[in-house]
Amino acid sequence: MSFLDRSARAFLLTELLQGLALTFRYMFKPSVTINYPYEKGPLSTRFRGEHALRRYPNGEERCIACKLCEAICPAQAITIEAEPREDGSRRARRYDLDMTKCIFCGLCQEACPVDAIVEGPNFEYATETRAELMYNKQKLLANGDRWETELAFRIAADAPYR
Amino acid sequence: MVDMLSGLVPPEIWRLIVIVVQILAIVLPLLVAVAYLTYAERKVIGAIQLRKGPNVVGPFGLLQPLADGAKLFLKETILPSGANKGVFILAPMLTFFLALISWAVIPFDEGWVLSNINVGVLYLFAVSSLGVYGIIMSGWASNSRYAFLGSMRSAAQMVSYEVSMGLVLISVLLTVGSLNLSDIVLKQKETVWFIIPHLPMFIIYLVSILAETNRAPFDLPEAESELVAGYNVEYSAMAFALFFLGEYANMILLSAMTTVLFLGGWLPPFDVAPFNMIPGIIWFALKIAFVLFIFLWVRATFPRYRYDQLMRLGWKIFLPFSLFWLVLTAGVLLAFGWLPGQS
Repeated sequence: MSFLDRSARAFLLTELLQGLALTFRYMFKPSVTINYPYEKGPLSTRFRGEHALRRYPNGEERCIACKLCEAICPAQAITIEAEPREDGSRRARRYDLDMTKCIFCGLCQEACPVDAIVEGPNFEYATETRAELMYNKQKLLANGDRWETELAFRIAADAPYR
Repeated sequence: MVDMLSGLVPPEIWRLIVIVVQILAIVLPLLVAVAYLTYAERKVIGAIQLRKGPNVVGPFGLLQPLADGAKLFLKETILPSGANKGVFILAPMLTFFLALISWAVIPFDEGWVLSNINVGVLYLFAVSSLGVYGIIMSGWASNSRYAFLGSMRSAAQMVSYEVSMGLVLISVLLTVGSLNLSDIVLKQKETVWFIIPHLPMFIIYLVSILAETNRAPFDLPEAESELVAGYNVEYSAMAFALFFLGEYANMILLSAMTTVLFLGGWLPPFDVAPFNMIPGIIWFALKIAFVLFIFLWVRATFPRYRYDQLMRLGWKIFLPFSLFWLVLTAGVLLAFGWLPGQS
């Protein structure tokens, strides 16, 4: 009996026709493609993208050159040199971040006691040369200024879970 | 106007001009159809996979085939150092040439055929068998193991499926009693479209033309995961484009043949007012488009056959079944006195 059943199914092509019917139905479903440069998908508030150094609302930079991020960075992408500023406060003379080494683990952000180094929502920072990916303090601070609204929102949204 | 012109040149030259114009009237729309078949393929498969398909070049991506064509034109043709140059260049030309000459006997409408010969089906069959040569030559001349394996597979596959295709054709020819493609369509006008009495043969024919044109799920000769690109792995630029055009022109050709043999050629589905007012060529094009859609639909649905399964299907299922059907057809025609010429 199972032989009959099997041969009938093989000769009437039922399984093939079922497959064809399925793909035919799918043809009329709306496509899931988003038109990328013009449309973008949603990002989590915890998305770890390009780095930024933040400032306090009065314009003072947050980073105190404690080097906790440098110490925890598993890829050793961060290099910091600290020195006292003219007013005596401890600040980073040099804050270099090698974006080609960074693995985007987010540990620098976790380690930072003053929420200075953060990973922002930006992932569209492709460059034409490798050298452009060697970020310095200036570039990171500029990133912070550029993304501050989003960065503040993301930190506030994540605060209840910390 | 035309009469005036024909008076100006000697009649032999005039005949030549007429034939050249007729050939151009077939080949140019065919090339446009090939270009837009690639576009349709990408759109249909895109829709089935919930993607959009090409939509950037021109409105709805309609200029994409032209962009692809321009790209292939401008690229450099690379001749591999180990290749046999003459054969290497000749192979894609042969493939393309063979894909085009078959159109000489296809009837587009009543009387619209370049050469209305009485051995039309035989001619088509002969030309499509010759198509294997282009592939064998390319595989051998490339001097590359992938190309060689691909062309061997392709040759074996095309030869195997031509056997059952031939038997399918004979069933139809028995019913018609003529090898002339126009007569085949006219017979379907008298009786019914042959898809109805010959439905199993229609399905076998459809599967066989998939194998014959090396299309998915029988695209073993160019199985990307095993053979990179099969016989056209060493080809680039125009040489590749000729293979590509040849493959798609062959798809359209075999769809046209399916239409003529089973779907009533240029005939409208019902011979009543709104249907038979539309010109036959439009019905013919619509039917070809339908068969081509099946090609694309099948490609988006089924995974690739294994090589031994392919051979098993061709020799152990299709061949006996089409042979059985041939005998059945002959028996029925004889028993009911429907044999053509017997009355």
